[in-house]
Amino acid sequence: MIWIVGVLVFWAVAWVLNLRMARMEASRFTAFAVPALFGITLLLLWEGIVRGFEISPVLLPPPSAIAVTFSQNIPTLWGDFVQTFVKGALSGYIIGCSAAVLTAIAVDRSPFLQRGLLPVGNFVAALPIIGLAPIMVMWFGFDWHSKAAVVVAMVFFPVLVNTVQGLQASDAMQRDLMRTYGASYPQALLRLRLPAAMPFIFNGLKIATTLALIGAIVAEFFGSPIRGMGFRISTEVGRLSLDMVWAEITVAALAGSAFYGGVALIEKSVTFWHPSQRRAR
Amino acid sequence: MSEQPVIKADNLSLTFETNDGPVQALKDINLEIGKGEFVSFIGPSGCGKTTFLRVMADLETPTAGSITVNGVSAREARMARAYGYVFQAAGLYPWRTIGGNIRLPLEIMGYSKADQTERVKQVLELVELDGFDRKFPWQLSGGMQQRASIARALAFDADILLMDEPFGALDEIVRDHLNEQLLALWTRTQKTIGFVTHSIPEAVYLSTKIVVMSPRPGRIADVIESTLPKERPLSIRDSPAFIEIANRVRDGLREGHGDG
Repeated sequence: MIWIVGVLVFWAVAWVLNLRMARMEASRFTAFAVPALFGITLLLLWEGIVRGFEISPVLLPPPSAIAVTFSQNIPTLWGDFVQTFVKGALSGYIIGCSAAVLTAIAVDRSPFLQRGLLPVGNFVAALPIIGLAPIMVMWFGFDWHSKAAVVVAMVFFPVLVNTVQGLQASDAMQRDLMRTYGASYPQALLRLRLPAAMPFIFNGLKIATTLALIGAIVAEFFGSPIRGMGFRISTEVGRLSLDMVWAEITVAALAGSAFYGGVALIEKSVTFWHPSQRRAR
Repeated sequence: MSEQPVIKADNLSLTFETNDGPVQALKDINLEIGKGEFVSFIGPSGCGKTTFLRVMADLETPTAGSITVNGVSAREARMARAYGYVFQAAGLYPWRTIGGNIRLPLEIMGYSKADQTERVKQVLELVELDGFDRKFPWQLSGGMQQRASIARALAFDADILLMDEPFGALDEIVRDHLNEQLLALWTRTQKTIGFVTHSIPEAVYLSTKIVVMSPRPGRIADVIESTLPKERPLSIRDSPAFIEIANRVRDGLREGHGDG
């Protein structure tokens, strides 16, 4: 009982505090403190309710238990992270995205490919990953190669579509200008079409970061060596150690956020000129 | 000096195929432009003045008749980088600085690095934008952007300058100033200039030759050789000679409308 009351009191105090801060002039401190306080409150509410109502740890372990498990299993979690994120997701992401951009340039040059390849790509994108993953495991084996293959299949299409669209983003006048210079196709591509396409390409790349992580984790459910985030989640669920599952989820959330943030940061420096990115400069 | 004309159009016609059937944009255009002339094209919208400029630049292909630029076909002239083109909007690339935008044609045409730097500096001075080479286009006013786009067209060695209503979107005062600068620039560089405009005073003030066009189909209604001296202060716009030419242009425009 004391847990529930205590947590409700903390919630009320944090609420009032956040309202005050939100009304204050925006500064670096409030920009950080408001969401931080909100997150802390959520975690404490979770902790208090789980303890207060004595919820079984199989249903929902308290955050403190998850934190303890996390800190005790850092080598395991790190190994899983390297296996799934670095080897599976990241390599698949890089291969898939580069292939998509190159294909988009080919599609852009050839109306035949535009009519032939885009519908096929659409069809592949519609294939459910659950069906695709076991096939990839059969083809490429249990290790990370099959996971990378699933990731390639998942990220390829969104990046392709965005890049194709981006390559058409330069306006007629800008293209006419290139013509008046007598520019060759590669010159116009490098100096006009690709820079103009960057905001679109990065849209695709950002969507692809989350897809890559999901793909790599889910693919491990269909066969993997005895490490990897997906493998750990499925086996630990079987052993009812949900705290370990939650620790893996924490790793996935952190890795996913950092991945997305990293790509967004690169986007910011590449497309600083775009109206959506222009601010202090 | 009996030089061959820089631009020579011979019975030139252009028909666009649209969904509503063919539209004749240009009909039987015959025109010669000599070296160092400043030629304005004036007329109501739809008279084909911009289309004709685009034909000179090989951005449109005539469907009948012929055009030569510097004695060769428009396409060959384009590939030989014979002209600089200034569009209605500045059209600077936002990911490049002003200096980078002016360097763009130089990079494409393979000028050396040192030459590029030197030329960027020169043309920026020419359009009075020195010191702005590291700014981005969206940090500049519309008038400054348009000046930068003119600098970009001047940076390489083209002896023809084609301008499609370059000052159309600017206010009167900026426009007067840029007109003065353009005349000074033309005197200094000896380029042949083709200039499309909507404004009678602008056409009369700038040109040695005014081509009045009329719409549907686009054709030449009148060609007026200017009698104004080469030295033209802004005050020349109040002189009787100026007003007389302006009246003739206005009559030409009205006639074009009357039988249209």
